[in-house]
Amino acid sequence: MSSVITDDIAEIKQEIDAEEAADPTKKKLGVLFWICVGWIVLVAVTATIANLLPLPNPDLGNYNSVQNGGPGWGHLLGTDDLYRDIFSRLIYGARVSLVVGFGGALIGLVVGGIPAMISAYRRGRIDTALNTGSYVVLAFPAIVAVIAIVSFWGKSLFKITLVIGLFAAPLIFRVVRASTLSYATRDFVLAAKALGASDTRILTREILPNIMPTIVSFGLIAVATIIVLEGSLAFLGLSVSPPTPSWGNMLNEGSSLLTGAKGQTNPWLVIFPAGAMFLLLISLNVVADKLRAYFDVSEIKL
Amino acid sequence: MSPGTLLEVEDLHVSFATSRGSVQAVQGVSLSLDQGKTLGIVGESGSGKTVLSRAIMGLLPRSSTTQTGSVRYNGTEILNAPNDDLRKLWSTHIAMVFQDPMTSLNPVLRIGNQITEPLKIHLKLSKGEAKETALSLLMQVGIPSPVERYQAYPAQLSGGMRQRVMIAIALACAPRLLMADEPTTGLDVTVQAQILDLLGQLQHDRDMAMILVTHDLGVVATRTDEIIVMYSGNVVERAPTNVLFKSMAMPYTEALLKSTPRLANPSHTRLTAIEGRPPDLLHPPAGCPFSPRCPYAQEKCHREKPPLVEAAPGHSYACWFPLTAARPQEVTA
Repeated sequence: MSSVITDDIAEIKQEIDAEEAADPTKKKLGVLFWICVGWIVLVAVTATIANLLPLPNPDLGNYNSVQNGGPGWGHLLGTDDLYRDIFSRLIYGARVSLVVGFGGALIGLVVGGIPAMISAYRRGRIDTALNTGSYVVLAFPAIVAVIAIVSFWGKSLFKITLVIGLFAAPLIFRVVRASTLSYATRDFVLAAKALGASDTRILTREILPNIMPTIVSFGLIAVATIIVLEGSLAFLGLSVSPPTPSWGNMLNEGSSLLTGAKGQTNPWLVIFPAGAMFLLLISLNVVADKLRAYFDVSEIKL
Repeated sequence: MSPGTLLEVEDLHVSFATSRGSVQAVQGVSLSLDQGKTLGIVGESGSGKTVLSRAIMGLLPRSSTTQTGSVRYNGTEILNAPNDDLRKLWSTHIAMVFQDPMTSLNPVLRIGNQITEPLKIHLKLSKGEAKETALSLLMQVGIPSPVERYQAYPAQLSGGMRQRVMIAIALACAPRLLMADEPTTGLDVTVQAQILDLLGQLQHDRDMAMILVTHDLGVVATRTDEIIVMYSGNVVERAPTNVLFKSMAMPYTEALLKSTPRLANPSHTRLTAIEGRPPDLLHPPAGCPFSPRCPYAQEKCHREKPPLVEAAPGHSYACWFPLTAARPQEVTA
């Protein structure tokens, strides 16, 4: 008799466990996601509070230390050609990548994303015009355009961010427009309209939550792409002017020291900024992908 | 217009501009609906019934459609009215239950949010009041454990449940007129009956008028006061429900009824399908639109389009050789 009851209890417990396992609100993001978030946060926080950290001046060398020294206790990641601390330059340099990357993507989202939603929802002539416009801008190689503009307008951090952001806008426009279109004609949008929802409400309450996964994941990938673009510009000497460090111009300076006479080479100067950029980019991509899957409530199992 | 008339549609035409020409989806439909009454609109796919119901509500895209005629709600002309005016009518006066409960709910919003939204916009209820009303609505439409369902996403509910939720949303602001566009097409038969009974009961409780759009004569048979049969954008027969089933005049109505499975028939009885296809609305036939498929069609039917005439009080049909009349010799033979 008692064994029957304990069996029943065990069965009920199993059912509860099964229910909990199937609970869609308990979707897991995984360890890799948190490691990647950790890296992005670490880079962002250290770059932001760099002034408060006990770091040597990134722009001025300490002539008492070794030139092109390898990693060690005095200088964690070694020194460069001008006796400057690579660790300090790496952290300050992250500022440029992050500001241009996130700032540019944000400008792109505002300039490209908002018109895209309205245009895809309203359709009509304005949509056709904006759509064609985005094709025209996309047909032009962005890096060439950015190089041209930056070289005569000047290369402050703000100008570079703005120019890159504006050139990211048409791409974001296309992605946001496409995903808005796929929802704009859905029944639930018509149902919301039939309930008397205004266009603004339909866009922000009905459509936006549906395209949010796309916006977040594509936005993060845009950040990654823009960081590479800034890196390329800096490598060509077209980003922020030295001595201000950026990962790109560190690579540029380091590239001349990759080969040469004995004692004149310093591969660390390339390895560290390249490694930091690689880890940041892969983190952004992983986070983008995991978030997309996480936000997708329509994938919820019953 | 009689005093109890809630909705009056007169000579409504709707056409869509397509790249291949203009499609006459609704061709001169007139109807009227009294308060608290139910009107059934019956027809097969492509007969224009959905377009008609959306045109009445004003939900069709303005840019690609031309709508002429008149739609009066409570005496006010609402056809081609500005969206801002219609928005005040939608949900508080006219609401709609859509065909497919699987796609009519926003997949990423919780059920609760979707019900409380119109309550907050139109009735200006506070968050707490809206939630209370929503829970009572969920209870009224027969959803078990509404407190838990309130937090659920649509994907976690079955089709029947979702349609109940859709009905709850449509009824949230106590509309005077409910448009139900094939509310049970996406559901299996046992659930269909439940949903229809629920609609009928709620309609009765609230003294609400209802337009029930369906392709199934069986659905409207016991649940409507009047029936309109549509074919290729035209009203081909219109009669009070009991009159229609007693003495249907239009061969199309008969064909529709014959193509419905009946329990009284022995098993394995073949269903009578309607031969052929609905006409191409880009190039409608010259005569009666049903003539190419009509078993009784005569020379005259192919040549001339029959007008909708009121043969008996309340009973009109568009047919040269109605079933109620004596059949010409060559056909009955």
